[in-house]
Amino acid sequence: MESKIISVPVMADLFARGEKPEFLFWVGCAGAYDDRYRKVTRAFTKILTHLNISYAVLGKEETCTGDPARRAGNEMLYQMQALQIIDTLTRYDVKKIITICPHCFNIFRNEYPDLGGHYEVTNYVQFLDQYIENGSLKVDDTLFGNTRITYHDPCYLGRGNDIYAEPRSILKRLTRDFVELERNKSFSYCCGAGGAQMFKEAEEGKKEVFIERTEEVLRSKAGIVATACPFCMTMLTDGLKYKNSEEVKNLDIAELIVQVMDL
Amino acid sequence: MVRQIAFAVTLLITLGVFAFTINRLISYFRFTKASFPVRDLGKRFRVMLEVAIGQTKIFRHPVMGFFHALVFWGFCVIAFGSIEMVIDGLSGAERSLRVLGGFHDFIMASGDIFALLVTISILIFLSRRLFVHVKRFEGIEMKKKSHQDANLALSMILLLMISLLGMNAAYVQMQTDAGEPIYGVYPVGAALSVLLAGLSPQGLHLAHEVFWWAHILLIFAFANILPYSKHFHVFMSVPNTFLTRLEPLGKLTNMDDITREVKLMLDPETAFSAPAAETPVGRFGVKDVEDVSWKNYFDSLSCTECGRCTAVCPANTTGKMLSPRKIFMDLRARMKEKGPGLVKNGREFSDNRSLLRDYISEAELWACTTCNACAQECPVNINHPTLIVDMRRYLVMEESSAPGGLKTMFSNIENNGAPWQYSPEDRLLWAENLEIKVS
Repeated sequence: MESKIISVPVMADLFARGEKPEFLFWVGCAGAYDDRYRKVTRAFTKILTHLNISYAVLGKEETCTGDPARRAGNEMLYQMQALQIIDTLTRYDVKKIITICPHCFNIFRNEYPDLGGHYEVTNYVQFLDQYIENGSLKVDDTLFGNTRITYHDPCYLGRGNDIYAEPRSILKRLTRDFVELERNKSFSYCCGAGGAQMFKEAEEGKKEVFIERTEEVLRSKAGIVATACPFCMTMLTDGLKYKNSEEVKNLDIAELIVQVMDL
Repeated sequence: MVRQIAFAVTLLITLGVFAFTINRLISYFRFTKASFPVRDLGKRFRVMLEVAIGQTKIFRHPVMGFFHALVFWGFCVIAFGSIEMVIDGLSGAERSLRVLGGFHDFIMASGDIFALLVTISILIFLSRRLFVHVKRFEGIEMKKKSHQDANLALSMILLLMISLLGMNAAYVQMQTDAGEPIYGVYPVGAALSVLLAGLSPQGLHLAHEVFWWAHILLIFAFANILPYSKHFHVFMSVPNTFLTRLEPLGKLTNMDDITREVKLMLDPETAFSAPAAETPVGRFGVKDVEDVSWKNYFDSLSCTECGRCTAVCPANTTGKMLSPRKIFMDLRARMKEKGPGLVKNGREFSDNRSLLRDYISEAELWACTTCNACAQECPVNINHPTLIVDMRRYLVMEESSAPGGLKTMFSNIENNGAPWQYSPEDRLLWAENLEIKVS
């Protein structure tokens, strides 16, 4: 088997050549900087390449959507970020956006329209499910069939935007032993990082939220806990470390697909 | 005739007191801010049918939800009988809606059976409150008054049902003994009527009168106690579901005042040509009751302190200060405290207290993860996170007050366009040496 170098297309370069991709792939700050989550970005990029999708990233022109600032109450900073980004996206005539981070997904889908930014926004989990359903992405249960897999619903995919079915549909193709956590779907329990908690010390309490959720993951006796959000991944990975349970793997849905397809 | 006059006077007093109370609550709404426009009436009607009439969110706790649904549906059916009692009381007629024929029979039978089901449900609720420790009924915001309110409401409903069943039983026995026709069908009343079988015609008549008056006077008293208790949700919950915030839970409300300012900052050219804002820019975010939206206040009046929000809150369940239920109980209490002063002295009135800090601490607000579990769970569609974020907006934009970590995050976004301190130049490092296997 041979390998091919992927050169990730950047919007400014394409534009200079007079080309226009179908999708803007919005990487997000965690996808670009977080050591662990970069692997997820790379995995999803492999899938985009495999599917021959016409896409580009903004690269150095990408900047924070303003989500953590907004949820922390800094509407001014959020809107400055948002209006600049809308300006950039207008310049590149962006119509369709794919995001990996659910927080970026939520803000593009629900909140940018209030500021004049109207896009067709797809979360990568929906995208992956769609390409698996239409047969373009061929996955099966040869690799993880006997591994118990569970799924932690990110708040901004689940309750925030009612995306419950797609991640489950994908995971059930990868394993014959999919289990739900005790609190799942709309009853799901937060990882503890949302609402800008990721960037501050937890308020005083009896327990950390991510420990509470990690204990639930451990009770499920799953070998893999699948996530679909950079913040959930940080929290659960930390939780598993804290609980000395690193034999339980915390992997993103895109990573599982890349492993199954051996891309 | 005396009976009719006595009834009419009682009814007038009831309606008068009720109008006074409601008028005062409505006057407080004048001091709240605009919220979303109430459009999409069809969709709103559907939400109301599902959530209020269908009790869909109550059923998220299936067992207790079932008993609550019985009480709610029972109330809807029994209310029809109450309307008949008011007509009877004013006109001096008996069972006047019998002109509706089979429908009357059906409604009366349903009310009679539901009265028994509601009695059973209420007995279960009361025992749970009195003899079982239910965690969600506890918390720092659950003072003695909250528990008394709940037990009073349940006891009154219990008495309402007992008087209704007594009335039906006496009616069935009275008509049977006299050989008169029975209007309506009363299966439970008929079964209970054997208990009254020995009474004389006068005794039966008296028993019927006592139950009849007890039932209607309890309704009148209950209606006027409700607005002063947490059990006001009997009136408010159905309209509150109609007035649901229809947007996805993940969406926050845009601050248009800020949009105007930011647009001026980003494009100074327009600073001179842009028309001045139509309304003077007030305070950013929520500090006190006059900053909340009418919807926030409506939500607070609809809360019956069931605590389902708090029971699922990740902050609360891990011992943090935040309790979503408390936020809305505080809003209601603060309006009750400040409202009269606002009505009397106008919007500028100050009592040197505020919702923020005197009621809700910063530690509570900063504990929220905006996970929306509370809003998802609320059986009457209260939206807690938007109010919590509005209070954070006040803290950050009016007082520059935020936990240290958040201030660092803000300056990172301002300086290098990411919540962490990384250079925009490094945004594509993830893409280096990326290979894909090809066969």
